[in-house]
Amino acid sequence: MPPAMPAAQEEKDSTVQKQLPHRYDGVAKVTGKAKYAHEFEVPNPAYAVMVQSTIPSGSLKFIDQSAAAKAPGVLAVITPFNAPELPKPKPQPPARRHVTVFQEKDIWYNGQPIALVVAESLDQARYAATLLHITYNPPPAKLNFPGRLNEGRPPKQQGREPADSKRGDVPTNLSNSPTKIDVTYTTPVQNHNPMEPHATTAMWEGEKLTVHNSTQYIDGDRMTIARDLGIPMDNVQTVCPYTGGGFGSKGSTWSHVVLCAMAAKVVNRPVKLAVERGQMFGPVGTRPTTVQQIKLGAGPDGKLLAVQHDVIEHTSVMEDFLEPSAFQSRYLYDSKSNQTSHRLVETNLGVCTFQRAPGECTGTAAFESAMDELAFALKMDPLQLRLANYAEKDVEKDKPWTSKHLREAYQQASDRFGWSKRNATPGQTKEGNKLIGYGMATAIYGANRSASQATVRILPNGRAFVGAATQDLGTGTYTIMAQTAANALSLDPTLIDVKLGDSTLPKAPVSGGSQTAASVCPAIPDAALQALLKLSELAVNDPQSPLHGLTSADIDTKNGRLISKKDSSKSETYAAVLTRNGNQTVEGQGSAEPAQSHEAFTSQSWGAVFAEVAVDIDTHMPEVRRIVATYDIGTLMNTKTGINQLQGGIVWAVSTALHEESHIDPSTGRTANESLAEYHVPVNADIGTLDVTCLNIPDTKFNPLGARGIGEIGITGASAAVANAIFNATGKRIRDFPITPDKIMQAKSVTQSVA
Amino acid sequence: MNPFSYQRADTPEAALHAVTADRSAKFLGGGTNLVDLMKYNVEHPTALVDINHLSLSEITPGPNGGLSIGALVRNSDLANHREIVAGYPLLSQALLAGASAQLRNMATTGGNLLQRTRCYYFTDTAFPQCNKRMPGSGCGAIQGFNRIHAILGQTDKGANSPETCIATNPSDMSVAMSALNATVQVQGPKGKRSIPVRDFHRLPGATPQVDTVLRPDELITAVDLPSARFAKNSWYLKVRDRQSYAFALVSVAAGLELDGNTIKSAGFALGGVAHKPWHSPEAEHALIGQPATPDTFRKVADLALRGAKGYEHNEFKIELAKQSIVRALTVAAQGVQA
Ligand SMILES: Cc1cc2nc3c(=O)[nH]c(=O)nc-3n(C[C@H](O)[C@H](O)[C@H](O)COP(=O)(O)OP(=O)(O)OC[C@H]3O[C@@H](n4cnc5c(N)ncnc54)[C@H](O)[C@@H]3O)c2cc1C
Ligand code: SF4
Repeated sequence: MPPAMPAAQEEKDSTVQKQLPHRYDGVAKVTGKAKYAHEFEVPNPAYAVMVQSTIPSGSLKFIDQSAAAKAPGVLAVITPFNAPELPKPKPQPPARRHVTVFQEKDIWYNGQPIALVVAESLDQARYAATLLHITYNPPPAKLNFPGRLNEGRPPKQQGREPADSKRGDVPTNLSNSPTKIDVTYTTPVQNHNPMEPHATTAMWEGEKLTVHNSTQYIDGDRMTIARDLGIPMDNVQTVCPYTGGGFGSKGSTWSHVVLCAMAAKVVNRPVKLAVERGQMFGPVGTRPTTVQQIKLGAGPDGKLLAVQHDVIEHTSVMEDFLEPSAFQSRYLYDSKSNQTSHRLVETNLGVCTFQRAPGECTGTAAFESAMDELAFALKMDPLQLRLANYAEKDVEKDKPWTSKHLREAYQQASDRFGWSKRNATPGQTKEGNKLIGYGMATAIYGANRSASQATVRILPNGRAFVGAATQDLGTGTYTIMAQTAANALSLDPTLIDVKLGDSTLPKAPVSGGSQTAASVCPAIPDAALQALLKLSELAVNDPQSPLHGLTSADIDTKNGRLISKKDSSKSETYAAVLTRNGNQTVEGQGSAEPAQSHEAFTSQSWGAVFAEVAVDIDTHMPEVRRIVATYDIGTLMNTKTGINQLQGGIVWAVSTALHEESHIDPSTGRTANESLAEYHVPVNADIGTLDVTCLNIPDTKFNPLGARGIGEIGITGASAAVANAIFNATGKRIRDFPITPDKIMQAKSVTQSVA
Repeated sequence: MNPFSYQRADTPEAALHAVTADRSAKFLGGGTNLVDLMKYNVEHPTALVDINHLSLSEITPGPNGGLSIGALVRNSDLANHREIVAGYPLLSQALLAGASAQLRNMATTGGNLLQRTRCYYFTDTAFPQCNKRMPGSGCGAIQGFNRIHAILGQTDKGANSPETCIATNPSDMSVAMSALNATVQVQGPKGKRSIPVRDFHRLPGATPQVDTVLRPDELITAVDLPSARFAKNSWYLKVRDRQSYAFALVSVAAGLELDGNTIKSAGFALGGVAHKPWHSPEAEHALIGQPATPDTFRKVADLALRGAKGYEHNEFKIELAKQSIVRALTVAAQGVQA
């Protein structure tokens, strides 16, 4: 920190920013000007098609490419039998996953990339791909997950927390609990399906490689590509100004990225590789299927005496990945004792990976349903049960929260929803042929933050520039970067130009864990400060400036002007200083990282979600009529993009509750429904009304902006709220997600009166 | 997708000539099914004969007071046609329950009748077994994931039999047309013929690769609807996994002609349960002369599902179909229009 600090930084409250009324990138997107990875123009591109294995396990015997190689337009057929040999780096998740780049002939899952056909046109490549004749040695595969739960073992590496935890004496407390439940929930394999499937364009110019890749982590791509290809990092530039959704799947660098660069080298010209929709089910990560046993014990007042949450899930035989479904159960509520575990069962399916709220999504779906079961067993209102167990601190770690206002969230959302009108007895509220139910749940997601850098430039034309090697997944990064820079520079946000998605910009972390806002934005005021300092120095040293002779410490900033603190009549615009001084631009580099003092606290985001569902008594089709939710996520930096993130999360939670599942064929391990016609996600008609608000109470102990990140919490809790509403409507508890009409029809109601 | 030639036909005769000349040629309607299957490498015609420019896009008065629907009338135009909405709401409802607005804007009446099954083992060439796609290879579905599969009229001789097929016909429109007892008009190199829609689609029998009785060198020119009998009392009920844009788990097309509370005549078919729109003459007959009561409908539901057999993932369809039949007939009897 320089000794002379411009006043610009003193009182600037970065928790109250002027908002951009529209998305920074909105016009570019709706007019088609925003370019995605596959759309970048490169000279004379060739097109690559990825060919996948059709067996789940074993090895390749031979790939006969004679017919394919002769097909019109074919430039190369690259397979494990002829691929360039690459150095063998150690897997280093998450920057590098165990992916297959044709260095071995082993097959670990059905759908594994095993060949690349490169041709003059996409159609030629696709046709030639059908001409490959592939033979295998197929040993038996490990596929039956439910039948092999006893093979569960602890993960080989520890994640952000230990896989198992124990606080107090759960068995004794359970047996002493007057009311207890012991229930098992299951969640299926899901595949991220962002609107923009993965795509890569790779171009070599001599030793230099430029890769346009749809990603959540341009710097991670750069590291992985360099390491996999055995070339210096400085020779690789990765570019991704727009990511058409990622949801975690684009946080890792998968085979197609490296293969595309490899192909460009082999055919000696730029290559484009678009992953097809059907290829989204396997080679680019999945959410594992989980089996979650939950035991809860409570006293007559509803106080939790014991919480036990044991998770078994599948993992790929290639690599461990833990979806930590029980982590949140350690601190979501106060409880006398608490015990959790996670076990992995190796399976011949594609690598599991981060998928929106990995852990909390599946974990709250099960746990918050179990809490509803406990409330029913206690004959207690589900909201009262949550309040009775309100965690005033992080009981697990015995640390205070940086900020927690969940009570207000419960209050606001339940009032708007009309929770008091709920009939506690299930199956009683009927409208025509429909049974109506109300359900609620708590939403929770961690608050993450990593080190980040940023550049800010003040330009002679009255505008300013902010840049960082971060990503915008459609989430609003551009928008809040502009706002944060504007706030720090005392400019209107419409005067800020933003650049991101280019690895030549200052380093930023992966856009995962809802951390981009909380990581990147705090670096911007620092960079702005450096730029303003340079600007002030120019002014005070410039005899033509009204501020001449002052020191930077005497200078304030307002509306794009430097102003003397002592005499506000002395001022001039940034642009005036810069134009007079040779039309120059001043630049500041900034960085920010989590404060050490943060170790003393725990930070979590919270939310209260209420759902109304109608279930048809004959067709058993559930229909979500409305969801009302209030979130405590710290500062809401931009209303439009923030609320939209939360709504999107809720929509996916409805999907998790009612629709979404990758159906794995039991004998081949292939995803049967690998298209958006058959892999169901909600359509408009499935989502009634969404009423989402934020408390907007800054958490400045977490970071100076007070913002805790917003991308993932929406998917948590809401699935259980929907499931609990179905129970309230029908008296039927379906513990196997998604809750489809057939399961509702076949379930038994706890009430006699309902069929 | 394989390389193919494209040609545009301007008369039915030219279209027929083009497909007779090339045995692996196919007509191109809206292309919403055929082109997808070509991309998946399931269909590989060497020539596409574009029939979109034939003058078969009109809905005209048909024989005996009915309507004649040209084979190229788009699903959306048909669903919203004034006389269809007024006289055959069942058909309109069925069409609007299918696919999405964009798909319905492209899909043609003829193409819809010929859309192929959504069986995963059929549409994904990586699966080693499918008698419909590769005759003689066996059936991947019967021991695989068979939630969307048939419970009635299927051929089940074990996974490795060349005859086994438990696929369903996915069309909503065809179910309504079956209930309405429509007739398909076709034209071939040897002239024209009429095929009752109830006989148009086949059960798999011993040749699951054959979906319909239409010969490869025949062109559908129209579908004729008999005079409207069920305008007041009909209902198309589609049970599915989401509120829109999903194929039916089970669907019911129900039309009743009532005299007071007594059923004078009925048209009734099921979707999502068989290799063809399931029309049970027995069940339909059991409605005639009976009071329109839940009791009657339950009996009919049991009759319609007689002999049904489910598999690991679709057993539920038997009960779901019964409940849906009762509901659809009840709503039809009440005369609710929506
Ligand atoms: C995502 C998705 C969801 C869908 N959901 C539904 C749904 O819920 N319910 C539903 O019913 N349908 C649904 N469909 C299917 C849709 O209705 C069919 O794809 C459509 O009706 C086919 O019509 P088309 O004109 O595009 O046929 P095409 O694809 O052009 O042709 C299909 C077949 O018919 C042949 N053909 C076409 N016209 C003639 C003719 N006049 N004479 C002889 N042969 C002919 C073609 O050669 C081809 O073999 C869905 C489709 C998709 C892609
Ligand atoms: S059910 Fe029919 S279409 Fe499906 S795999 Fe079996 S034979 Fe093929």
